[in-house]
Amino acid sequence: MQKEITQDKIRNFCIVAHIDHGKSTLADRMIEKTGLLTSREMQDQVLDNMELERERGITIKSQAVRLVYNARDGQEYIFNLIDTPGHVDFNYEVSRSLAACDGAILVVDATQGIQAQTLANVYLALEHNLDVFPVINKIDLPSAQPEVVREEIEDVIGLDASDAPLISAKQGLGVEDVLEAVIRNIPAPDGDPDAPLKALIFDSLYDSYKGVIVFCRIRDGRLRRGTKVKMMATGASAEVVEVGYFGPGQFIPCEELSAGMVGYFTASIKNIRDARVGDTVTESERPCAEALPGYKKAQPMVYCGLYPAETPRYPDLRDALEKLQLNDASLFFEPETSLALGFGFRCGFLGLLHMEVILERLEREYDLDLISTAPGVVYKVYKTDGTMIELTNPSNLPEPSSIDRMEEPIVNAEIMVTTEFIGPIMQLCQERRGRYISTDYIETTRAVLKYELPLNEIIYDFFDALKSRSRGYASFDYELKGYEESKLVKMDILVNKEPVDALSFIVHADGAYERGRKMCEKLKDEIPRQLFDVPIQAAVGGRVIARETVRQMRKDVLAKCYGGDISRKKKLLEKQKEGKKRMQTVGNVEIPKEAFMNVLKLDTQ
Amino acid sequence: MTLADEKRREALSLYIHIPFCLKKCSYCDFLSAPQDEETRERYVRALIREIRSRKNWAEETGRHVDTIFLGGGTPSVLAADQISRIMEAVHVSFDVGKDAEISMELNPGTADQEKLRAFRQAGINRLSMGVQSLQDQELRLLGRIHNTGQAKEAFLMARKAGFDNVNIDLMSALPGQTFSSWADTLTGICAWEPEHISAYSLIMEPGTEFAALQDAGKLPSLPDEDTDREMYRYTEDYLAGHGYRHYEISNYAKPGRECRHNCGYWTGHPYLGLGIGAASYVDGARFSNIADLKTYLSYLEPADEEALSGEKMTDLPGSESPPGSTAWLEGICTDRHVLTEEEKIEEFMFLGLRMCGGIEKEDFERRFPGRALKDIYGKVIHKHLAQGVMEETEKGFRLTKRGIDISNYILADYLL
Repeated sequence: MQKEITQDKIRNFCIVAHIDHGKSTLADRMIEKTGLLTSREMQDQVLDNMELERERGITIKSQAVRLVYNARDGQEYIFNLIDTPGHVDFNYEVSRSLAACDGAILVVDATQGIQAQTLANVYLALEHNLDVFPVINKIDLPSAQPEVVREEIEDVIGLDASDAPLISAKQGLGVEDVLEAVIRNIPAPDGDPDAPLKALIFDSLYDSYKGVIVFCRIRDGRLRRGTKVKMMATGASAEVVEVGYFGPGQFIPCEELSAGMVGYFTASIKNIRDARVGDTVTESERPCAEALPGYKKAQPMVYCGLYPAETPRYPDLRDALEKLQLNDASLFFEPETSLALGFGFRCGFLGLLHMEVILERLEREYDLDLISTAPGVVYKVYKTDGTMIELTNPSNLPEPSSIDRMEEPIVNAEIMVTTEFIGPIMQLCQERRGRYISTDYIETTRAVLKYELPLNEIIYDFFDALKSRSRGYASFDYELKGYEESKLVKMDILVNKEPVDALSFIVHADGAYERGRKMCEKLKDEIPRQLFDVPIQAAVGGRVIARETVRQMRKDVLAKCYGGDISRKKKLLEKQKEGKKRMQTVGNVEIPKEAFMNVLKLDTQ
Repeated sequence: MTLADEKRREALSLYIHIPFCLKKCSYCDFLSAPQDEETRERYVRALIREIRSRKNWAEETGRHVDTIFLGGGTPSVLAADQISRIMEAVHVSFDVGKDAEISMELNPGTADQEKLRAFRQAGINRLSMGVQSLQDQELRLLGRIHNTGQAKEAFLMARKAGFDNVNIDLMSALPGQTFSSWADTLTGICAWEPEHISAYSLIMEPGTEFAALQDAGKLPSLPDEDTDREMYRYTEDYLAGHGYRHYEISNYAKPGRECRHNCGYWTGHPYLGLGIGAASYVDGARFSNIADLKTYLSYLEPADEEALSGEKMTDLPGSESPPGSTAWLEGICTDRHVLTEEEKIEEFMFLGLRMCGGIEKEDFERRFPGRALKDIYGKVIHKHLAQGVMEETEKGFRLTKRGIDISNYILADYLL
């Protein structure tokens, strides 16, 4: 089927939207309409490959697919559709997908209108110089207000929405209009097929047979089997074994990828790190003059320690993290050791959802039983000797006497909310040390609340609190504003007078007492009784601010051993022994590993 | 000396299970239920057939029986005649030593003078009476069928019938029980001067009526842990003052009146269980009889009535095979497991340490030649000594009072 493809018949684009506005459904319909799969073969949300994505109904990984569309003008077009995640945590993923596109479809829900991430994603697309055109979805719903939303798009974003297709992706209404609009509104790629090869790596995947599968967008030149390629940043060279494009859920080999195309290649690359996402691929013998700008590498915003529940599985955890990192360059990890939890890793994530997703993938896809420490942000610690350290692990906080001041990350938060909930949401932001900036009304019943919030106040359960106080109506987005000085202290938790490193955390001085008290209370319930009374204390800089006691075990006797039924007695002892095995000894106290996990699951309500 | 000779010299205990009661007690999770008269008789006949079927094996190995325990349930719900027939069968099948300890559990609510005399006549020489408490309110809550008055009366009748070795079962840590109500019970019981007292702390077993009531919040509150331990200490001190020696976690006896049968359980003495659900430990193997009454009956009841009335019991299949083996009443025995030496060592420790006297090094070495206590448990013992839950004796080690309080926690460390 490989016909001569001319650049003007190619469109590379993505779909951006607020979460749940129907992005993946629209992608599915477009795949169906172009005949790639019959609707019988369609599984809902074809592009969401991961089990987790389907279950949660969110897109985590970018996916690409090539569609062949026979347009109303009688021409055949090649569409490369790249599905992107909608959640704020995955902006990095969005950003790398956008780099492979020339335009974007903006999907807006006709019942909800513009939401926080609608804005965030549009701005991201515009930053990448993409042409964006809007589509209004879910017009089949009784509460749909397409004309209101159309106006909103023009007023708030400033996009021309006069001929935005009105569609229902769910029912397949107007999908063809969208396909036609793609041809009209999204520019064909440019680039010189005869120039030296210049291709951007926007994703990669490890296959145990083929090695690294590199996803790339060809800017200039050609790529085919036998091409000797070089990665401009890492300097790694390889000879291309296979090139191809993306079918739904499969790789389809082809002769050649040329300027303007999106596809993949393999080159027996064994080391994940040799084909770094964002790098530029060129020819070894005829390199291009300069690399593509790539895109800004996302900085992890949230850190936590990850430990295998069973110590011998440490190498498995390392392998799993390495494999995930190949797919998700924004995941950061480095080895760390904890007295309480043994060997593990300090991991960095883009946000809390990103963290949750990684944890779940590790547990499901790699069958690991994990213990994670409380998530924390990156603090800047200025020492009296004039140096500064970026603190990702509370245990590494220098002596208080050597600290001049500390700074914490502050975000600009935009909360879109219906007016009736403004009160409760403002109260929530206040509780979380928020600084009020403004309230902008989008229409009479909806407003955007702007706050500056310390990141460490939103990484625990801010989303949940927001949802519960607005009955699910508020949406939220944030971006890092910068660092500000703050009155921060390190809280140590002591079990039997010994600090438990895994439980230390940084907290604002004003909230320290409350957090310390709760931590002690929770821990008290989690630590089984020992032979002696065990004090549990929360301390700030050596000063104990809260205390609980796990009272010593008083009675644990099986009195009656009836009719010589020794087996029953032994079973009981065996159960007891099994329990002891899962214990970690800290300061002479036996603590089940689950206890750490349960204590760290913070429900601050 | 041949192996057979050695076996011959080894004594054997018998445990006979009577799975009937008049009414299930609220806290009970043992294998027992009320049954009609006909079922009880059918069971007795089946049980007798099981006892008789062991005759060949018992004769061949020539082991003599040194203790017998009839437990339940409430063995005393059976008619005197039924107990006599069971005992007769025992004597037909086994060589019961002259000085054998033959105990039977007795519910004070089922006792009358005539019955007690008949029991004594049938050869029962030790009674274990489930008195539990001398507070009527506590007895009602426990679901016992007797009251304080009946208990006292039953005890006096037992004495009159000639029982000079009587145990009284008591329960502490009962819902609504107070320190003083427990102390009163102890005072009352000591005035009777029984030879032996067992004092158990109540354990809430899942699936019992008590557990359900507690979950529903319908039980008076249990004594708190401090009170519970105070009761335990007081029991020990008070009974010591009245001449009872604390010899096992829950057992107290006048000198020489320790229950030999129960001591056998803690010291690896072989025993054969008869009747449903009864556990056995013979020739290094542990096994149990099936717990289901119907299956048990269907296996042991002869196909025709004639055979049932006849007394030809030795023609049962497998009656000549070793106990617990597949041929040995196949269909009745379950969970047969031959203990490895490691398992025997574990048991030696976690059972032996239940005894207040603890374990003796020499005894260990005699039982497990070539093995040294120090090599296997040196580290654990060291830890326990340091924690103050164990102490050294002249010949070995024993748990301290604190160690006994939390013996499950401690003894789990002796599993290998």
